[in-house]
Amino acid sequence: MAIAVIRVSLVAVGLVWVLAAQTVLAGDAQRYVKPGSQAAHSAACVEETNFMRRNHMELIKHQRDSTVHHGIRSTKHSLAGCVNCHVSVSPEGQALAINGRDQFCGACHAFSAVDVNCFGCHANVPRGGLLSPAALAAHGDATAGARPSPGQFMSDTPGPATGRAGGQ
Amino acid sequence: MKRIVYSEWRMPSERYWGLLGILAAVVGLGGLAALHMEHNGHWVTGMSNAVVWGMPHIFAVMLILSASGALNIATIGTVFGKGAYKPLGRLSGLLASALLVGGLLILVLDLGRPDRLLVAITHYNFRSIFAWNIYLYTGFMVIVIAYLWSMADRMGGPFVKPIGIFAMVWRLALTAGTGSIFGFLVARQAFDTAFLAPMFVVMSFAYGLAIMLLVLMFTFDQEGRPLGHKLRGRLMNLLGTFVAGVLFLTVIYYLTKVYGAKNYELVSWVLFDGGIYSFMFWFGWILMGSLVPLGIIYHPVLSQDRNWIVAACALVILGGMASLYVIIIGSQAFPLQMFPGHTIIESGFFDGVNGEAASYWPTIPEVLLGLGGVGVAMLITAVGVRVLQFLPESLADADVLPDDLGHAAPELAGT
Amino acid sequence: MKHQEAPLDPSLGSPPDPTLNAGPDQSRRAFLGIAAGATAAVVAPAFVLQAQAVGNPRAERVSDAHRWGLLVDTNRCVDGCRACVDACDQENGLDLQRKQPDQSEAEWDTQKAVWLRKVKLQDNLTGRVSNLPMMCQHCEHPPCVDVCPTGASFKRADGIVMVDRHTCIGCRYCMMACPYKARSFIHEVVEDQLTRVPRGKGCVESCNLCVSRRDQGLDSTACADACTALGHRAILFGDLKDPASAISQALRTMPSRQIREDLDLNTGVRYAGV
Ligand code: SF4
Ligand code: SF4
Repeated sequence: MAIAVIRVSLVAVGLVWVLAAQTVLAGDAQRYVKPGSQAAHSAACVEETNFMRRNHMELIKHQRDSTVHHGIRSTKHSLAGCVNCHVSVSPEGQALAINGRDQFCGACHAFSAVDVNCFGCHANVPRGGLLSPAALAAHGDATAGARPSPGQFMSDTPGPATGRAGGQ
Repeated sequence: MKRIVYSEWRMPSERYWGLLGILAAVVGLGGLAALHMEHNGHWVTGMSNAVVWGMPHIFAVMLILSASGALNIATIGTVFGKGAYKPLGRLSGLLASALLVGGLLILVLDLGRPDRLLVAITHYNFRSIFAWNIYLYTGFMVIVIAYLWSMADRMGGPFVKPIGIFAMVWRLALTAGTGSIFGFLVARQAFDTAFLAPMFVVMSFAYGLAIMLLVLMFTFDQEGRPLGHKLRGRLMNLLGTFVAGVLFLTVIYYLTKVYGAKNYELVSWVLFDGGIYSFMFWFGWILMGSLVPLGIIYHPVLSQDRNWIVAACALVILGGMASLYVIIIGSQAFPLQMFPGHTIIESGFFDGVNGEAASYWPTIPEVLLGLGGVGVAMLITAVGVRVLQFLPESLADADVLPDDLGHAAPELAGT
Repeated sequence: MKHQEAPLDPSLGSPPDPTLNAGPDQSRRAFLGIAAGATAAVVAPAFVLQAQAVGNPRAERVSDAHRWGLLVDTNRCVDGCRACVDACDQENGLDLQRKQPDQSEAEWDTQKAVWLRKVKLQDNLTGRVSNLPMMCQHCEHPPCVDVCPTGASFKRADGIVMVDRHTCIGCRYCMMACPYKARSFIHEVVEDQLTRVPRGKGCVESCNLCVSRRDQGLDSTACADACTALGHRAILFGDLKDPASAISQALRTMPSRQIREDLDLNTGVRYAGV
């Protein structure tokens, strides 16, 4: 009987531990996600948090190859997406470099002593947009024929031009 | 012909450590230069978007060619059965691998992303001659080590010749491959010729032998080991032949280039209007690198004088650098001919406006990186000969050339 | 035009949020309108206003059903105009490049990246002057791809030749091989790259026919747009494989050529009038 009691209480203690650990993990996640970043307002990351912790690099890498080589841009595992959602903002409204030592990527990577190589080439704050302002302006109406027809292109009548070919 | 005894290099300790110290300093400076370039980016070099390969590549190509050429002596000894050269086989193998390591190190450290060496090894594009060369270089190292073993180990005897033949073939492939890195660049007029491959093979013979001779004379003199005049004379004659060969191929190369009328401008630019490149061509490559050494080598008196011999070897090497400067850098500086029959009068990217060549001036970090590679090669050699038995005790004529007929030497009968 | 540097970028993808997701009925036009307006106006709490994406991000692998190309009518290219060059620089963040400290302007000019440049030529016999933009010619048989030791230089299925900066080791062999001097090596540390154009020290890059516009479903390049906007209409972008495309029709009717046609590279960029 006594043995049974001990067993039950051991199980109970175990359960409490598990619960406590989960709470701690959740609190942890709160701490890493920067207040004021868009992520802080979201219920969840693109995948389950613990999965992301362990596997974000695999996801990013996979996405990287499919984007660079196959032009796929629709998936949710893009680095630009990570930066956009997790970047935090200074009181002055300036985006803070996400790989800074106290920022989302930088802090964790400094803690785990893993170099983060991404930002040698990738923007560490959202900058410039996925499409340029020029592209948005010119293609606001993607269906309109803003571009010249072949007839226009080769026509002898100058368009509403500021000038024709020079040097003649 | 006596049995050849090999022994470690017993140069006096203080001098040896002094030598190592100097070499280590050169290597260290090279390392610092590489760090500097890697940290800041290549803007600290003179290389640009027009001249993309500069001084480091000259040094690297020089060392890689010399590596192949240095092994040539071992090949002559074993494959062609010239007994007189056999005692030099071990040194020749050591030098070959040391020079190759030095050259490759320069190439790697000059990469924009040296940290991605692993990528270079794991991602392969089999259509790239450059990638093929990575195989050729690593294979070369393995073969040279096997070759050294076969020459040094008692069990190795039966393998010397087959490995030697294999090494020779591999070596020719390696040099031709290095030449082809340039030779298959259809974009660049000066390179667009398969001719560069054989040219590089002969160049490698000359430069490798010159370096070998310098190392041989230095190590032997420091310790008072005898080096026979006849043997030295033979090596010098060999060097003369190779230098003359390079000169001959140079003439042919430019003649074939002029023959195609579209390259007339290129040739006249290199020969007359190229400024530093014309100077390098005539003064460096032709005069100091070919004619003067040939004069010394075939001069009855000077060819006997140790100092003149050293000068001749050094000139061959410097001349080689000059020729690579013309071949590698000059060919990039000369504008790409995109619009035949037209003159470019304005360009946003230096497309050779009015035929003007791109400018390139090496900077100190580049030169230090190159010298560092040379330092690495020499350091490996210096350590190698000190700790292992690479050097024959004696190369006195009486010991190596008894009957002047190498193929009749007794120990060759067994191989 | 200044690059947007706000932390909130409506044109960026963000995690799906069903409550905020624009419904399928919403037209792309409205979408883009919101995005463009928001670009100028957003402040921190406006995160929630983020549209999921702009344009029409590609979900399927690019295929060889298209081959993108350009046709340049040099007769229409205006002397002294550099609208295409500026547009390219802004599109790709090249206007953010800065001369390095202690470096002469002249030296920097030879080392900074140039994807698109203007060239002015004169015929040696007739004296006729032509202007044209030069960029990567998107060769069908690209020498740069052949020589690249790691395969970092590659040709996408739709004919765009580009560099995978993740595998480029910076050997510059491709630059040696390119007959058009189309490629640039990044000689300096880059810190202010744009989200849509990652670029960094030690890799090689070149014109990629505005690949991010391709993948967002837009049908022109920055250079062509800029040229058209000025009314010069010297650059035509389009699908070389679609016989009905404007570029195919123009190529059928007007004489054009490849630069260095002797090399048989079947370039995707063609020139008329030189
Ligand atoms: S133009 Fe040059 S960079 Fe572009 S595909 Fe051709 S070889 Fe490659
Ligand atoms: S520089 Fe990069 S893209 Fe060019 S050949 Fe080397 S690895 Fe390939």
